[in-house]
Amino acid sequence: MATAAFGHEREHYLNKEYGIRSWLLTTDHKRIALLYLVSITFFFFIGGFLALLIRLELLTPAGDLVQADTYNKLFTMHGQIMVFFFLIPSIPAVLGNFLVPLMIGAKDLAFPRINLLSWYLYILGGILMLHVLLTGGVDTGWTFYTPFSTAFSNTKVIEAGVAIFINGFSSILTGLNFVVTIHRMRAPGMTFSRLPLFIWAHYATSIIQLLGTPVLAITLLLVVFERAFNLGIFDPNRGGDPLLFQHLFWFYSHPAVYIMILPAMAVESEVVACFARKRIFGYNFVAMSSIAIAVFGFLVWAHHMFVAGISLYSALIFSILSYLVAVPSAIKVFNWTATMYKGSVSFTTPMLYAFGFIGLFTMGGLTGLFLAALGLDVHVTDTYFVIAHFHYIMVGGAVMGYLGGLHFWWPKISGRMYPEAWGRLAALLVFIGFNLTFFPQFILGYLGMPRRYWQYPPEFQVLNVLSTAGSTILAVGYLLPMVYFLWSMRYGKIADANPWGAAGLEWMTSSPPPTFNFDETPEVTWEAYNYEHIPAAAEVPVER
Amino acid sequence: MFDNLPLWPARASTTAGSVDALYIFLVALSLFVSVAIFTMICIFALRYRRRKGREAEQIEGSTILELTWSAIPLAIFLFIFAWGAVVYFKERTPPRGATQIYVVAKQWMWKLQHEEGQREINELHVPVGRDVEMIMTSQDVIHSFYVPAFRIKQDVLPGRYTTLWFHATRSGTYHLFCAEYCGTQHSGMIGQVVVLEPAQYEAWLSGGLASGSLASNGQNIFQQLGCVTCHRSDTQGRGPNLVGLFGKRVQLEDGRTVIADENYVRESILNPSAKIVSGFKPIMPVFQGLVSEEQLNALIAYIKSLNQPPAGAAATPSLVSPSTKPQEPKE
Amino acid sequence: MSDSPVAVEQHGPELLHHFADAEQQRNAASLGMWIFLGTEIMFFGGMFCAYLIYRLAYYNEFAVASRTLSLPIGTINTAVLICSSLTVALSVRAAQLGKQKQIVVLLVLTLLFGLAFLGIKGYEWREKFVEHHVPGSSFSFDEPMPGHPEAKIDPRHAQIFFSLYFAMTGMHALHMIIGVGIFGVLIFMAWRGRFTPEYHTPVEIGGLYWHFVDIVWIYLFPLLYLIDRHK
Repeated sequence: MATAAFGHEREHYLNKEYGIRSWLLTTDHKRIALLYLVSITFFFFIGGFLALLIRLELLTPAGDLVQADTYNKLFTMHGQIMVFFFLIPSIPAVLGNFLVPLMIGAKDLAFPRINLLSWYLYILGGILMLHVLLTGGVDTGWTFYTPFSTAFSNTKVIEAGVAIFINGFSSILTGLNFVVTIHRMRAPGMTFSRLPLFIWAHYATSIIQLLGTPVLAITLLLVVFERAFNLGIFDPNRGGDPLLFQHLFWFYSHPAVYIMILPAMAVESEVVACFARKRIFGYNFVAMSSIAIAVFGFLVWAHHMFVAGISLYSALIFSILSYLVAVPSAIKVFNWTATMYKGSVSFTTPMLYAFGFIGLFTMGGLTGLFLAALGLDVHVTDTYFVIAHFHYIMVGGAVMGYLGGLHFWWPKISGRMYPEAWGRLAALLVFIGFNLTFFPQFILGYLGMPRRYWQYPPEFQVLNVLSTAGSTILAVGYLLPMVYFLWSMRYGKIADANPWGAAGLEWMTSSPPPTFNFDETPEVTWEAYNYEHIPAAAEVPVER
Repeated sequence: MFDNLPLWPARASTTAGSVDALYIFLVALSLFVSVAIFTMICIFALRYRRRKGREAEQIEGSTILELTWSAIPLAIFLFIFAWGAVVYFKERTPPRGATQIYVVAKQWMWKLQHEEGQREINELHVPVGRDVEMIMTSQDVIHSFYVPAFRIKQDVLPGRYTTLWFHATRSGTYHLFCAEYCGTQHSGMIGQVVVLEPAQYEAWLSGGLASGSLASNGQNIFQQLGCVTCHRSDTQGRGPNLVGLFGKRVQLEDGRTVIADENYVRESILNPSAKIVSGFKPIMPVFQGLVSEEQLNALIAYIKSLNQPPAGAAATPSLVSPSTKPQEPKE
Repeated sequence: MSDSPVAVEQHGPELLHHFADAEQQRNAASLGMWIFLGTEIMFFGGMFCAYLIYRLAYYNEFAVASRTLSLPIGTINTAVLICSSLTVALSVRAAQLGKQKQIVVLLVLTLLFGLAFLGIKGYEWREKFVEHHVPGSSFSFDEPMPGHPEAKIDPRHAQIFFSLYFAMTGMHALHMIIGVGIFGVLIFMAWRGRFTPEYHTPVEIGGLYWHFVDIVWIYLFPLLYLIDRHK
């Protein structure tokens, strides 16, 4: 399965056709994955730039870099862009789109044209959001709380709401495609218990996307109608209930965080198995925990509302349920750790990201225990403690999972190896920069610094300066892969079909794969992670 | 202890200690778990690093281990839940007899009214050692009243009252923050809580302008707006008698029973037809737009004061039949 | 199940290349539509949830506002939709039996019923517009409280009823319009003889969609029109 140089001899999905039409009208899931890769990277850097401006403003206690209104727009759009236009699509739309058919031995997803439609909906939502950004912005916070968003804000709430509404359908259609594909298009012999854990986790993610996103859609639509037509559904001045908005909003937005983390857990399972060279410890439990997270994730939304004015008894119920949903995540962490026991561990870039993921996700998850504790949440909710908590999970967890996955499957996607030394350096910078940025925020939060503050009392400055310093290191860590991935597409070492010696159907076809994925439909007669039969590859550096 | 280590704010209320105790326990637990996992990973990664001639050992799993490391975390989590719930229960149950302070939040300031009549903006004076209950509403959007030193926070909503309470234990000046994003000057909607020794507090109270207590203001408004014409205290008027009403159960004409709390009184003034008392006609005028939040607070304080007949004993809640008219037949 | 030349000859152009066989394609399409309808339930569900909550909170106002809706029009529309579901079901049966002309006729009938529904709804909305019951700046609602002719219903709460009414029936109508579009395409395909007893998946999944839109109305009708009629 040795491949020739890029573009010569063997035909694969990248060189099968050239020209912009072949990309913009493609139905090949692998090309669509790359379309997504480019677009979400674009939005990641926009969202990241907004974050940088926020951190720069917060270097000093006074509001002296931008005006208050501008700052409010910065954090609002940072949140909206990062959540809806980067995190939610990221792993599913890039790695999921690319790998789900390959991993189950299918030629494509069930509905390739709907897959392309998904991307166009994402782009349409993205264009609207960019338009909002460039023509005045929106300042409601990514949470759109009423009545501020419906009756008081003077910014482009309607347009932002519509942009996210459209983007939501992109998410729904991706989920739909994955569920039908996993159910109906597995290769012969690929039973559910032989599926890679990546597939199980994406299946669970898709369930959440399908059931949760429509509720966000209708909620945002009602906010748009209320604002446009002066209705009173969520505005107490007009007979409505602002808490109803919060319940409807969080009913989606809490499961949404599981949309963001489950795929990273998916990557984690694949990477750890490969670089310990063994089957994931407790496969059944890890698979079932993904499903459990998806189910329980729908039952805990009001833990965002403990001080919002809900009843004491409501709060008790949601607190205890929140502790239940933590158990499956803990199970996964223990299982990944146990996988390394008596394994054969190597320290490639993807594995470094995997280590980072376990550490940072564990810390983020543990701080979730703080927030679920009612008596403590009263003090720390709406402060930087929450900001630190969710960034530990979404950045320390999900983004590191995404980057680890990108590195792991880069050879498969591009046919090239990225430069390993640079990869490790970037991973290290990301880890250090991340911790420096966000750990001080836990302390800031407990000290009482509220979130969404443009200016703050001077005693909070030292911790803010540390945080900003960390963010600059983090930024470098994120820029490096941009540079060397692009470099590798031209100058990277040619990859063969299975440079890591990994298990999984995707590694049994060439790098890059042919358009229809497999020369012949595989017939699966082995269990997942059959590492005892796979020779370790030379590509996995022991020492460099 | 450790007050000069900037890891937590000053502890200035009875709740602060409980909250910090839970926090420190969780920090210790998190440290322990993180170190344990980190150590395991380091040990495994180094001891089982890739070496020539040594293959990985394929281990399927261990159900016993899975159940153990599910059950133990679950037990710990439930313990934390219970502890947090106990602290929360105390935080959300104001003691009887607390001094009440009315708060009206608006973009972008805090307006506070003491029962004795003092009004403050962005500053709250309270004495050490007294239970204080804040009865809060917003004029516009959602805000949140947050005093880190007391470890308390409660969202302040338009259209209804929310409450929080505290018992200050140390004199000093502490931050007051708005903790729910509310627009342009959200980060400017800050102030301070000034906790004074009881003697100083009395001095401060009497040093202000003598504008009369909140309840007496309320009485004035009650008369100015003409409430007194229907809500008579001597005979049965066209409206229910309000003496001894506050805190009691009220029977409504549609069969429901509600407690006459702040939200009920507020709604009855702004939107009388929402809850019609059994035996009365819905003829009360609508005062939406005709009274400010501060005036509503004063009226509520006045109505509360009607619970103190000269004998002074607090009555227990009972079902009140506010009229001697026969019940109108239900539809 | 590989792409052997024999396999390619045995199916028509409808089999998409990435499916192993026609059965897989059919199953995928069917599962896909069912899941999509599940997402639609969640979508409408948000509005039903809001409606339920306000109905309990503003019982009287919602009852009075509901009574201003036209029961005859609502009932006729319900009958129209139920008939259209019948013609849809019959069209699927016709396709299964290969009765080409019948398929077209029944699909056209379904379309006509759908257009009738939309037309009647448009007429109903216009009535509401004339009565100033459309939420917004020109909204006005001046009805007495039940049992207390001297007092008025709070118009803000009535406006919430109508906001939800228009949101729910509006979303429903939008889905009907999309359904009409889908059936237009199906009619064209049927007229061109594209459906056989072996391949009529578009009719089946189009039918599923139409049935769903009908069922949403079956819930909307009693919740919006009938809540206070027993008195």
